Amino acid sequence: MMPPRPATIAKPQPRASRRRLLGAAGAGWLLLRCQPALAISATDTLDVVKRRWAAGRAITEGRVTLDIAPLVENGNAVPIRVTFDSPMTAADHVQEIIVFNERNPQRDVVRFVFGPACGRAQADARIRLATSQQLVALARLSDGSQWSHHVDVIVTLAACVES
Amino acid sequence: MADAPKARTLIHGTDALRRGVPGEIRVTLGHPMENGLRPDGLGNVVARALVTRFECQLDGVLVFAADLYPAISANPYLAFWVRANGPGTLSFEWLGDWGFQHRETRAIQPA
Repeated sequence: MMPPRPATIAKPQPRASRRRLLGAAGAGWLLLRCQPALAISATDTLDVVKRRWAAGRAITEGRVTLDIAPLVENGNAVPIRVTFDSPMTAADHVQEIIVFNERNPQRDVVRFVFGPACGRAQADARIRLATSQQLVALARLSDGSQWSHHVDVIVTLAACVES
Repeated sequence: MADAPKARTLIHGTDALRRGVPGEIRVTLGHPMENGLRPDGLGNVVARALVTRFECQLDGVLVFAADLYPAISANPYLAFWVRANGPGTLSFEWLGDWGFQHRETRAIQPA
């Protein structure tokens, strides 16, 4: 013989409040999940960081070179080289070359500072790229002129967020 | 950070310098460059631990420096050029989060 069913199951369920509870929990979870993405999209665009670096003075395209493979297979370590054809004397030398990216979590990549004792304004590094995007190298000379070079790269394996 | 393990470095090119001629120096530091965005196996974010600054000085004069950001790969590799006009000492210094500091020196005898 089957035991009698417990009375609690027969009672009508409080459907509306349960649905509301689940909905609220789901919304809260989504909000938490989205927070890093919101933080990333809230960072400045490439144009904004370039303008801030330029401090109101003009940037001319040319003279500085950013060497990077146009097709990157592994975004975890991408060799880059910046070069500027400069005599590197005390009177005429490259002060700094800075590299910005367009779509990593943070716009800065690296900033190279050169002294006249370098002899040659060239530097290499290995960088991370989160996705296909544009990179820019900006150079500032001792005479105050500013130069840029934009490069587009395609990345097949992303870095930064994945482990 | 008194008990921090000694960092491992590779410094190449100091022996090949020639007097008055720019020569390339290549340096690598063994460091994970944790960018503070990466989850570990349990889903927790690994705390940020970066090397943020590298400096190379020749007899106390700044030759080359680099500000490093999270977009720099693990085990940061840098190559740059030095023009030395005579014997001297090159010093290499890395600074980072959590008081990370590592310094190396190389005596150079440009031919």
